[in-house]
Amino acid sequence: MTITEAAANPARAIGQPVLEASGVTMRFGGLLAVSDVNLTVREGEIVGLIGPNGAGKTTFFNCLTGLYKPTSGQVRFAGAPLAPKPRAVVRAGMARTFQNIRLFANMTALENVMVGRYCRTSSGAITSILRGPKFRREEAATRARAQELLEFVGLGRSAEHLARNMPYGDQRRLEIARALATDPKLILLDEPTAGMNPQETKQASDLIFKIRDSGLSVVVIEHDMRFIFNLCDRVLCLVRGEALIEGTPGEVQSDPRVIEAYIGTGEDDDEDVDVTEARVQDTTVADEEGKA
Amino acid sequence: MSEVKTQPADSVVAQPAENRVAWPLGIAGVVLLIAGSFLSWSYDRKILGDLSIIGNPGGLQRLTIIGAVLSLVLLLAVKGPLTSKIGPWLDAALGLRAFGAGLTLYMVLILVAIGTESDGLINVDPGAYISLAGAILLLVSSRLLPLRQLNDLSKARVAGWAEILAIAVTMAAILFGAAYALGLTDAWSFIVCLVFFATVVTVMFRTGTLSWFGHVAQRHKKVLTLAAFVVAFFFPFTQNGSDANMSIATQVLIFAATAMGLNIVVGLAGLLDLGYIAFLGSGAYVAAMLSESAFATINWHPPFPIVVLLGACTAATLGLIIGSPTLRVSGDYLAIVTLGFGEIFRLTMFNLDGTNGPLLTNGPNGIPGIPELQIGGFNFGDPHTIAGIELGRFSNYYFLLLLLIGFVILVFSRLNDSRIGRGWVAIREDEKAAEAMGVNVFGLKILAFAIGAFLAGLAGTIKAHQDVAVSPDQYIFLESAFLLAAIVLGGMGTIAGVLLGATILKLLPEKLRFFSEYRLLMFGLLLVLMMRFRPEGLVASRRRQLEFHEEDEELAVAIESELVEEAR
Repeated sequence: MTITEAAANPARAIGQPVLEASGVTMRFGGLLAVSDVNLTVREGEIVGLIGPNGAGKTTFFNCLTGLYKPTSGQVRFAGAPLAPKPRAVVRAGMARTFQNIRLFANMTALENVMVGRYCRTSSGAITSILRGPKFRREEAATRARAQELLEFVGLGRSAEHLARNMPYGDQRRLEIARALATDPKLILLDEPTAGMNPQETKQASDLIFKIRDSGLSVVVIEHDMRFIFNLCDRVLCLVRGEALIEGTPGEVQSDPRVIEAYIGTGEDDDEDVDVTEARVQDTTVADEEGKA
Repeated sequence: MSEVKTQPADSVVAQPAENRVAWPLGIAGVVLLIAGSFLSWSYDRKILGDLSIIGNPGGLQRLTIIGAVLSLVLLLAVKGPLTSKIGPWLDAALGLRAFGAGLTLYMVLILVAIGTESDGLINVDPGAYISLAGAILLLVSSRLLPLRQLNDLSKARVAGWAEILAIAVTMAAILFGAAYALGLTDAWSFIVCLVFFATVVTVMFRTGTLSWFGHVAQRHKKVLTLAAFVVAFFFPFTQNGSDANMSIATQVLIFAATAMGLNIVVGLAGLLDLGYIAFLGSGAYVAAMLSESAFATINWHPPFPIVVLLGACTAATLGLIIGSPTLRVSGDYLAIVTLGFGEIFRLTMFNLDGTNGPLLTNGPNGIPGIPELQIGGFNFGDPHTIAGIELGRFSNYYFLLLLLIGFVILVFSRLNDSRIGRGWVAIREDEKAAEAMGVNVFGLKILAFAIGAFLAGLAGTIKAHQDVAVSPDQYIFLESAFLLAAIVLGGMGTIAGVLLGATILKLLPEKLRFFSEYRLLMFGLLLVLMMRFRPEGLVASRRRQLEFHEEDEELAVAIESELVEEAR
């Protein structure tokens, strides 16, 4: 698949795997929210994660970012195993946004992004009280970087605006800027265009391409199929916690099981897809090699 | 306030016929107030200071004159020479209403005081009635004056020097007001004086002067801080060596410094700590045990700077020990655990008496006879005379405590405005999101806990020497509750607010001793009222205002425009 993709996008070289999640399973009591899902994301790649509501997409995100500790399975990031702790995940270079926007509402846009810089700065209590040159340098750098990121996502003029006063679309972009402030290698976007009109959606996909072009990998959860098939290099479809199919947008789009999963067949829901059997064996050769 | 201000917009459109008698009535009121003040108010010379001398107004009468003159200024802003200059900015009519009501209450209270303290109203002299009539006239006149549409006073621009002058004048007024109020020995005078001050503050609030002053203070933060410290520094010189007030002042400063420390924990990190007094206590006990008191249990007497460090570090260590398991729980649980810790501390000190445990604290007797502080060759017990004014023992401690509080404020404000402070705000806003953004939530919480404890321990070491004794019953839960009340009353997360809250909570009970049985009742009521009408405290920090008024879009927009303006 690596070869076909490279052929399809000769301009961009898809590089080494950044994120390798294998056999991720999340069980809440009797509910199997995510079951044995594998996902590999390579450098400079945009991967889409689709599936009907309740398919476990956000739970899978939470497992990747350490908000949940997966019941079983392993997440490797940039070659090293990743501890399921949010801070370790961010430090390793994986940042995320939330499905329901979780900005610091009473802080300004700039302050929100500056909080994102927290894990890449080191001024402690004593440094902050003494205010030496190191502290001032770091504060200035933090501020400058935050402003730069605001401009990157197109909010340069809203730096002093309170997050809670910003329009919905701007809040989404601010959340992306805050995530970018942690200097990630991979950014996970949870429904970045939910509630947006077509024009805003277009801007969002432009922004995601821009992020990709700056050298990051992106994983996107989305319901907007046109958006996702236009955007992604690869798409993984989850249904009831299990990976249904993974492939290029073309492959996923034309797969009858995906359509079934979304629209149903009109038969009894429980029988429409035999997920376990239908699951694509394994998606990438590299993944298997990595395990071996 | 905003509701009231929308009314004049309609009245401007309608342009109601201005009541012709209103303004002359007000002027008459002012004249009567002043004339009455120059006459005798009371036949009895011993009541409310001496208000019986014709032509030489006593203290409370001078306050009346000040009030009358300020009312006159407002009247002239409505109509007269000042109309064009300050008329469009000041909400003079609202201010006059406050003055009318306040001064009427003030005069009525004076009549009641004279009536109850001597043999009935027979002892009230005509001057008091004349001033009362003046106050009532002012009240009536202000009710008749039309409310007007005004420019936004916060947008008023005055020359920089004038703003600094305003700060200086205000600070001087506060200094003289505080010195005067503290000099009042009888409770009635003090209450009446409080009514006057409350009236002036209300007037400032109603006219919009207070918010203008807030903006000025924002612009000249450094000048304001400096001025505040200068005023605080000169306070002992206004006391003529009187130990009574200086003793209260040192108590207030210790309390304020401790409250500022707690403000880091509660106001910045958003952690509810109900056992904070234990950290003050641990600092005090360390200082007492290492002091040269005959009852000290440790036979090692290092110099004070080392004691300070030891006391502060002991408190910080306790903070870490109590914090590391409990900060994983949040909200109510943390409050209960810290409450328990405060009690454990007190009981431990109570029981380390040689029979129930090792002899460290002399149990319930505590450690008395702690000698005066000695730093270098300077003994804090010796009085000094500077510029002909005697500064006694308490003044010495006062200056030391001023240094301490300066340090605590420095720590507070610098932490607030740093990476750490942003982390704390983020945790308060949304702990999960902060964690997902890589903020070290647990580390930051425990840091706040440790710094707060450190500062309280620091204050405790000085408190031990200043109080001469430590005993477990000084560190009861009620003290923790009062510290918290000072923060809530004054304004969480602010410096000025917490200083104000601490002063109010410590000063009033000292001055109103006859009141002490109802003290808790009153504070309870006060807190309930605050929570209902102004949950963000007397002096609100912007962030807290936003947090307490999540639904208020107008407020958010107003604060945002301030932020944008400041950034420019």
